[in-house]
Amino acid sequence: METLEPVLVRHPFLQGLPHEYIALLVGCASQARFDTGDFLFRMGEDASSFYLVRHGQVSLEWFSPDRGPVTIETIEQGDALGWSWLIPPYRWELDGRAQTPTLALAFDAVCLRGKLESDPKFGYEMYKRFAPVIASRLQAARLQVLDVHGVRA
Amino acid sequence: MTTADKPVQHGIRYVAERSDFDRLLSALHDLDYAIVGPRIRDGAILCEEISGSEDLPVGWTDLQDGGTYRLRRREDEALFGYPVGPDSWKKFLFPPRVSLMKAQQEAGTVRIESQEPAPRRLAFLGVRSCDLHAIAVQDRVFVDGPYIDPIYQSQRRNLCLIAVNCGQAGGTCFCESMGTGPGVDRGFDLALTEVIEPGEHYFVVDVGSDLGASILGRIPHRLAGRAQLHAAEGVVDNTAAHMGRTMDATDLNGLLRRNYEHPRWDDVASRCLTCGNCTLVCPTCFCSSIEDTTDLTGQTAERSRRWESCFTLGHSYIHGGTVRSSPRSRYRQWMTHKLGTWWDQFGTSGCVGCGRCITWCPVAIDLTEEMAAIRATESSEIGSKGGNEHGNT
Amino acid sequence: MSTAYAPNAPLGATPNPMLPELFRVRRLISETADTATFVLDPADGGEGEAFRPGQFNMIYVFGMGESAISISGDSADPSTLTHTVRAVGSVTKPMLRLRRGDLVGIRGPFGNSWPVDDAVGRDLIIVAGGIGLAPLRPVIYHVLRHRDRFARVSLLYGARTPGDLLYKRELPAWRGRFDLDVRVTVDAAGSDWRGRVGVVTTLMQGMNVDPDDAVAMICGPEIMMRFAALELSRLGVGEDRMFISMERNMQCGLGLCGHCQFGPSFICRDGPVFRYDALAPLLAVREV
Repeated sequence: METLEPVLVRHPFLQGLPHEYIALLVGCASQARFDTGDFLFRMGEDASSFYLVRHGQVSLEWFSPDRGPVTIETIEQGDALGWSWLIPPYRWELDGRAQTPTLALAFDAVCLRGKLESDPKFGYEMYKRFAPVIASRLQAARLQVLDVHGVRA
Repeated sequence: MTTADKPVQHGIRYVAERSDFDRLLSALHDLDYAIVGPRIRDGAILCEEISGSEDLPVGWTDLQDGGTYRLRRREDEALFGYPVGPDSWKKFLFPPRVSLMKAQQEAGTVRIESQEPAPRRLAFLGVRSCDLHAIAVQDRVFVDGPYIDPIYQSQRRNLCLIAVNCGQAGGTCFCESMGTGPGVDRGFDLALTEVIEPGEHYFVVDVGSDLGASILGRIPHRLAGRAQLHAAEGVVDNTAAHMGRTMDATDLNGLLRRNYEHPRWDDVASRCLTCGNCTLVCPTCFCSSIEDTTDLTGQTAERSRRWESCFTLGHSYIHGGTVRSSPRSRYRQWMTHKLGTWWDQFGTSGCVGCGRCITWCPVAIDLTEEMAAIRATESSEIGSKGGNEHGNT
Repeated sequence: MSTAYAPNAPLGATPNPMLPELFRVRRLISETADTATFVLDPADGGEGEAFRPGQFNMIYVFGMGESAISISGDSADPSTLTHTVRAVGSVTKPMLRLRRGDLVGIRGPFGNSWPVDDAVGRDLIIVAGGIGLAPLRPVIYHVLRHRDRFARVSLLYGARTPGDLLYKRELPAWRGRFDLDVRVTVDAAGSDWRGRVGVVTTLMQGMNVDPDDAVAMICGPEIMMRFAALELSRLGVGEDRMFISMERNMQCGLGLCGHCQFGPSFICRDGPVFRYDALAPLLAVREV
C-alpha cells in the first residue's frame, strides 16, 4: 500500500516542511472524500481533525433561523481548513460543507496534538504555517464587516 | 500746466492734481466705463458703483485687527487713506450668483439655452497691490487652465484697472511678507500714489498700458519732478514698514504637506466656527456650487452657479457621507489649499497677504500665527510626519 | 459674449463644457436591484463622442441635477454611449425610472484614463469591487480587442452578494475564454450560490502572474482598493505599477468648482485614475 507521503510533500501548505515532520504528519493522515452537500464538520463538534483540501470547494456556513444557511467563506484547493484543533476548547465554530465533490487530506488532531507537544520544533513549524492563515482570514473578515459595498442612507 | 504736448508714455511718471480727480472719472465715463470703487456702506468700505469723487470715503480710514473693523475719521482729506475692506473685486469677475443655463421641455424634446451674463465695461478704481495679485491668481484659475470660465474671461477683457499704492498699511496686512505689495508693479492700466503735504494734494501716476495712457491723456497732467517722485516712494516705503502682520512664507507647501497631523489643527478647530467668513472675503477663493432647479410646473429648469465654501459640510459630501466632517479637517483643507497645494495646482500661493480673513474672522483666527506655530513646533510634536512626496504622475 | 475655450481642450470636449448635449435612452438593462446599464444615442442623430477607458460624463436628469458617472461601454465604438448607474442619490435614483426614448443631458467626457499602454507586453491584473467593475469594463473590451498585445490577463471581481453581480451574461462569456483568468467572489451568500465566498483579496492567491512585471488596475470602494493594493503589494506587485480610480464630490467636471480636490489633485481633471504610489501617503491621512 503506498503511503500518503508524496501527496503531503506536494501540498502547497506543507511546502518546505522538513522530511522528518512530514513523516510525523503521515502517521496521523488519511484520505477523505466528500460528495456535494456532505458536511465535513458541524459547529460545536469536537475539532478532531484538520484538512488540507486537494480538490474541490468547501463552504464555511453559519445557519441562522431567519436567513437559513449563510456562507461566510469558501475554501479552495490548496488551502488549509480548520485551526480550531489547535486552540482550546477544540471545537468547530462553523459548519463545513462540500460545495463540489471534494478530496482532502484529513489529519487526526488528537494524534497530532500529542506530537506537537512532545516536539516543540515540530510545533513551531506547524504554528508558523497556521498563523498566517488565521491572520489573513481575520483581515478578510474585517473587510467583510466593513461592508464596503453597502449604501448608507 | 495743462495737458502735455507730448503723448503719455509707459515708464514715465506723471503728476495729476487732486482737484482734477473728477476729470479722471469723467474720462472713464466718456470711454463708456461704469466705475466701481471704494464706498462706505453699512459701516464698512465696500466696492460699489461710484459716479464722482464725493462717493469715495474721503477723509476716512479704518482700524483693523483680528476680528475687528472700525471706521475712523482721518485728519486729512485723503481719497484712498484706508486699506482693503471685506469686499474684493472677485465679485465682479466671479459673481456670487449667476445663471448658467435654462432648459425648457417642449414637444418631446428639451431646448437648452446658455444664460451667461453679458460683460459690462467696468473700471475698477482703487485696486491695491494685494488685489491686483489676487486678480492675477484668479486669472490662473479661470483662464489659464485646460477649461476656461467664459464669464470670468469676458468680464476680465472688459476691465480698466486703476490701481492705488497704499498710503496706509492695515492692521492685518502682510503683503510685504507674501511678495505681493505694498508697491504696485504690474497688471494695471494706471497706478496712483496719493501724496498729501502741507498745501499740496496730488497723485503720482504710473502708466501701465495704452488704455491707461489714453485716459491720462484726457486729463491735466505733467511730468513728475524729483521731489514728487521722492514723496511717492516715501509713501510706499512707509506702508511697507508698518505692516500689521508678517508671515514666514518659506516653503509653506512643504511645511503643510509634512504636518497634516500636527496638533495645532486641533487647537484651531477648538476656535473655528466654520462660518466661512474667511472664504467669502478672500479675494482668491474660487469654489462654487452648481444648482439645478425647476419652476413649479416642472417644465422649465435652470442651472445656476453660486459661491461655495470648503467650510460647509456639503462641500465634500459623497453618497452617504461627508469626507471632511470635522471642523478640524475643514480648516486644515482651507489652509493647506490656500498656502500649500495651490502651488501644486497653479504655481503660485493662493494667499496675497491682504489680511481680510484675519479681520473678518469672528474669533480672530490669524493664519500668520497658525503657520508660525506649526513651523516653530514642527519637529518636536508627536504626530508630525516625516517628509513625503505626493502628487500625481 | 465670449465663447472662447482653451484650444487644447481634452478629447471630446464640447464647445461649451457647462451645457449638456441631449442623448436618448435606447435601452435600459437592469443589472441588480439598484443598478442599471443605459445605452444612449445622441438625440440629434450625430456621431457621439470618442472617449478613453476610465473617463466619465456628467449625466443631467432634467431639473434634478447632474451626477458624475464613468463610461462603461466600448471605447472602440463611440456611436454608442453606455453608462452603468447605481441608484444612491437624488439624481441617480430618478435615473433608474427612465425608459426607452427618454432624454438625458451629457457633458464630457472628462478626466484621464486607465494607462492600458503601460500594460502592453506585461501581465495585467484587473481588480474590481462592486460597481467598480463598470469603469473597468472598457479596459476589458480594449484588452480583448487587442489580446495579443498583453501577456496574462486576470479579472478578479468581488460583489456583495450574488444578486449584486454586474454583467451577469458577459461574465460567463469572459470566464469561458482560455486567454482570460476570471475569478468571481461575493462577500456573503445563501445556500443557492455555488461559487466562491470571501472578499476580493482572497482571489489573489495562486494567480498566474509575474508580480515583478505586472500592472494592476483597481476600482471599487476606497477601502476595498486599499486592501487590494496591500494584498497585491504582499504578493510582490510594485505600488508604482498599481492604478486606482478615485471618487469625490464632482459638480463641474472641469477643475473649477473646487469640490473634488484631494490634496493637490482635482479628481475630475488630474484623475480619476491615479498611480497608487503617488496617492498612498495621502490615502493614509483621515479626512483629506
